Amino acid sequence: MTMQPDQADRASALKHVSKALSHDSAEKHVSGTATYIDDMVEPVGTLHVVPGWARQAVRGRIQSIDLNEVRAAPGVVAVLTATDIKGTNDCSSAFGDDPVLAKDEILFHGQVVFAVVAETREAARKAARKANIDVAEITAILTVEDAVDADTTVLPDYHFRRGSPETGMSASEQILTGSMRIGGQEHFYLEGQVAMALPQEDGGMLVHSSTQHPTEIQHTVAKVLGVPDAAVTAEVRRMGGGFGGKESQANQWAALASLAAQKTGRACKIRLDRDDDMIMTGKRHDFRVDWKVGHDGSGKLRAVDMEFLSRCGYSVDLSLGVNDRTLFHADSSYFYPDALIRSRRLRTDTCSNTAFRGFGGPQGMLAAERIIDAIAITLGRDPLEIRKLNFYDGDRNHTPFGMPVEEYEVMHDLIAQLEDSSQYWARREEVREFNATNAVLKKGLALTPVKFGISFTLKHLNQAGALVHLYTDGSVHLNHGGTEMGQGLYQKVAQVVAEEFGVSLDKVRITATNTSKVPNTGPTAASSGTDLNAMAAKIAAQEIKGRLISFLCEQHQCGPEAIFFGDNKVLIGDQSFALAEIAKQAHMARIQMSNAGFYATPGITWDRDTATGRPFYYFAFGGACAEVTIDTMTGEMTVDKVDILHDVGHSLNPAIDIGQIEGGFVQGMGWLTTEELVWDEKGRLRTHAPSTYKIPTASDIPEHFKVELYEGTGNPQATVYRSKAVGEPPVMLANSVFCAVNDAIASLVPGQVPQLDAPATPENIMRAVQDMRRRKLAT
Amino acid sequence: MRDTIRFLKGGEIIELENVGPTETVLDYLRLRRLETGTKEGCGEGDCGACTVALGRLIHGKLVYQPINSCIQLLGMIDGAELVTVEDLSQDMRLHPVQSAMVDLHGSQCGFCTPGFIMTLFTLYHAEGQSRSRKVVTEWIAGNLCRCTGYRPIVDAAMNSCFDVTDDAFSWRANETREQLQSLADSRDIFIGDSESFFSAPATLDGLAALYTQHPEATLVAGATDVGLWITKHLMELPKMIHLGRIEELRRVENSPSGLLIGATATYEETEAAMTEISADLGELWKRIGSKQVRASGTVGGNVANGSPIGDSPPALIALGATLELQSVEGSRALPLEDFFLEYGKQDRGQGEFVTGLFVPRPSPNQVFRCYKISKRFDQDISSVLGAFRFTVDNGTITEARIAYGGMAGTPQRAEATEAALAGALLDDPSTWGAGMQALLSDYTPLTDMRASAEYRMETARALLAKALMEISGTAAADIRVLARREAGHDHAA
Repeated sequence: MTMQPDQADRASALKHVSKALSHDSAEKHVSGTATYIDDMVEPVGTLHVVPGWARQAVRGRIQSIDLNEVRAAPGVVAVLTATDIKGTNDCSSAFGDDPVLAKDEILFHGQVVFAVVAETREAARKAARKANIDVAEITAILTVEDAVDADTTVLPDYHFRRGSPETGMSASEQILTGSMRIGGQEHFYLEGQVAMALPQEDGGMLVHSSTQHPTEIQHTVAKVLGVPDAAVTAEVRRMGGGFGGKESQANQWAALASLAAQKTGRACKIRLDRDDDMIMTGKRHDFRVDWKVGHDGSGKLRAVDMEFLSRCGYSVDLSLGVNDRTLFHADSSYFYPDALIRSRRLRTDTCSNTAFRGFGGPQGMLAAERIIDAIAITLGRDPLEIRKLNFYDGDRNHTPFGMPVEEYEVMHDLIAQLEDSSQYWARREEVREFNATNAVLKKGLALTPVKFGISFTLKHLNQAGALVHLYTDGSVHLNHGGTEMGQGLYQKVAQVVAEEFGVSLDKVRITATNTSKVPNTGPTAASSGTDLNAMAAKIAAQEIKGRLISFLCEQHQCGPEAIFFGDNKVLIGDQSFALAEIAKQAHMARIQMSNAGFYATPGITWDRDTATGRPFYYFAFGGACAEVTIDTMTGEMTVDKVDILHDVGHSLNPAIDIGQIEGGFVQGMGWLTTEELVWDEKGRLRTHAPSTYKIPTASDIPEHFKVELYEGTGNPQATVYRSKAVGEPPVMLANSVFCAVNDAIASLVPGQVPQLDAPATPENIMRAVQDMRRRKLAT
Repeated sequence: MRDTIRFLKGGEIIELENVGPTETVLDYLRLRRLETGTKEGCGEGDCGACTVALGRLIHGKLVYQPINSCIQLLGMIDGAELVTVEDLSQDMRLHPVQSAMVDLHGSQCGFCTPGFIMTLFTLYHAEGQSRSRKVVTEWIAGNLCRCTGYRPIVDAAMNSCFDVTDDAFSWRANETREQLQSLADSRDIFIGDSESFFSAPATLDGLAALYTQHPEATLVAGATDVGLWITKHLMELPKMIHLGRIEELRRVENSPSGLLIGATATYEETEAAMTEISADLGELWKRIGSKQVRASGTVGGNVANGSPIGDSPPALIALGATLELQSVEGSRALPLEDFFLEYGKQDRGQGEFVTGLFVPRPSPNQVFRCYKISKRFDQDISSVLGAFRFTVDNGTITEARIAYGGMAGTPQRAEATEAALAGALLDDPSTWGAGMQALLSDYTPLTDMRASAEYRMETARALLAKALMEISGTAAADIRVLARREAGHDHAA
């Protein structure tokens, strides 16, 4: 029978769920046999598509497009421009403002104007550089300040208000203000954007796309080709990394491959060069955050006023949800009695910023940690004390958007455990001593919390489907709407389905996500892949199993309690049958052994217009303690020690969950340290390759890097086996690193709040250090 | 003369007649052999996803080195064994490094994994490496992973790379050695015609003659830079002359007076000798590029391409290195700093090529320091690199040789600073001020994506101060965040 999640002997009773099993593709990964789209066998005559752009232009009207040399280049079969689009020239998720091919106007440096279709990729790449595109350039709006001055936004402002921040401020003993800049982040998925389109009969198109959102690929391709959704099938077996960068940003490339296939009647593949990929696709939003906070003199918050100014780029893309999530997480883990949390979604003439693991949340939380640090530093208190002083608790547990933090005790317990296991206070003393005896090197320490809301804040996305077949040999075909980008979703869902049928994992055949099997899906995003799809698959399997049980009860004249599925067998009373045998019997008896499972997250009631209701099913929690050393002569920095305790509810697969936590932390650490996006004064991205954009490498990871799963009572909500989502929350564990750097700089002048901007590159650290020295001289 | 290249793969000798001048190993694997296990991540040798192993006989020993196949020219692998991820797991049996990666959850999306596997394969076969995280991370710093955070990969390496060497490659090592020996010859390679060719002369004279005939040809040593001209700049380079077959250019000769390195000696081949000259130099060498880049990239190439941000020239200039050039006209030597005329322009005549460098060993009264500042410690290009050689007599600096990278259009000496520091006293920091001040007049750095002009200038001064603090012993404690991997700070006692 189905195991109940609350069983005390849960772990031992379960055969597959909660086991630290390898990723389903691990052996294929290590042997090079895992197939990514560029590895698929190409149909004979496959052509290659390369996007072309106005390499000098940033913003302006297109005067002329001369593609004669492009067309004449060796190997070129066709050149696509906006006029070749039979359907709608738009690949946006919703707002209709992302042209597949620019027609009249260049909106940012890197906008695609045409596409070359050639016999080889090399020929297409070389031809694409031969275009002459004349653009009448106008002054581009690039920075937050430019956009504020010009008052350009992609969406209306939005805010949360609770109580009266004005009154709260005036009732405060102390008021602090500040402003910080938080940089963006390039996804740097190792597999760049890629799609292959294969023309089908009757105008149909089969599109293999490295995408987190096959349904959107299907809809976009249909819209651009001018055919019904039903004529297009999108499929993806796996991505070589996504991180949000393939949620909406895969659309354009699938559309271009499909347009080329429609025009030529041949299979067409597009795989972006890394530089093109980094120049053309959107990134994590960068922000300026202006804040003002009032507290009671002991560090307890009274009123908070924060304004988040983000650069959204040239179009809306997913900026609505991203910036909303910033506001949803501007409290980090702290109770704001009176709060005004504002958001401006600025339009700049740069690539359109998009989803990135955390989806705006990390920026909101980092600003909150800065506020806490500022209070602690000015009071001469330890920042951890001020954090704990302001944690949500039994009395003060409503977020600025009204949702209660029901599991505040988990937060308290988790942080207390981490405080203990990381030996925070002993190390605080060591850091103090080190700093007292070292003039050049300074150490910093920080322990920061994570509280992350789980669910799409766009309510309709919180649904999922799965398709499960039981075959007459007892093997199971598993399909669902979630996509595999390395996070182990397929493996977790397979474990759940194997558990349900009582079969070994080798009986469960994992299959590629395909819009013709499960339609109308949401993106695999918002950390919700497992919550949604494992539940849908479980429901599908349960339905089939239920039919078998009814059939067997009738056959054997017994009650359902007498029937047990396990070890690839079905036990009926004291009789044992192979599942295959039961499946054959059921088939002969004309029992349907296929089911489409469907799941919609319950209890979500968010109404954006009134800013009321419950946006999240639950919160995931975590904590991290980081220690760093900085060089106050050069700004160089090392991360020396990291301890993490993270809440995944009852883990479906501890190995995969720990992998998500470690990987998320390091990705967040990169965002806040070495990863710096630099645009030049004209608005051209100058860091568009790994030679100039530096994600962490193995030697950046401290030897002391301890990650543990919080042992709790599981998710209070009825999620699949009481697990919690784990994809995004760990990114924000890295706030500890940034706060530790800030702590190290703060040690230079007691009472002064460092002006450290993110990322904490050597130069940004040095700037903050020198500012502190100037202030020291001034006092 | 040979009009083919020959190499070993999967135990078989492969001979190719058709090798384009700019064809890469990665394209050969994926497009011609349809072996797709090797991935392209960036196409510029910076992510390591395309890593393959090359086995070569070095002093009779079979050595496997990791190579970025995306920027390695196919013709360059002549005479080597090419090992790709497809060769590791035969008949469904995983190689020990592959098993460890599976068991310890070292892959998530899997796209970078074949590259890691191949780098770890070379570590598995490397001799004399002690089991430590430092060794592992030094080895894999050129393989980027965006999913795992590296911990499980490092663990997998720790568990699998340092025990016995017992895999299919070690079992057939004798046979491999024999096969590689059979491929070794001293013939010139020339594939193509006079308009478009890949060539690899076997002698200096052969090179001089060929280059005189085709002075517009591209000279390529490790291809860690030329590779990008092909994959990123999409340059048409119809005439390629590879220097790798000329034995005389590969020499590394250590003598009491100094180190003579041939133009095509790689970073890897010179690392031990550089470390012997100075711990700082050894540390710098370890931070140039990645294991893959250092296995291919040559010191001569780093110098000859004239980059303002090449890491080795400032250090070599501060040490007083001289450069040797040759052409059919004869040979000449000049101080290294004189080779760099201006941005993008070097003192190299038509048909002339770099043959080597001489690096004098610091005398007992000289101390050397160098520091590299970059956003990321490993596999990054410096924003500022400062190199200092001080001659000290009784606590007085009698001569300073100082060079910086990243501060001007070429690697350049800080002449005003050098002059201002002559006579400075190590135990009196007030005598250092003139030098610190003079730096402002030596350089006018630029702002770019790596650093601002202000940061560059202030850091350049900080590095000078740091060098003086270190050699004078005035710093009470360690003043580097990155403790030098090689122990032993030397003070100018």
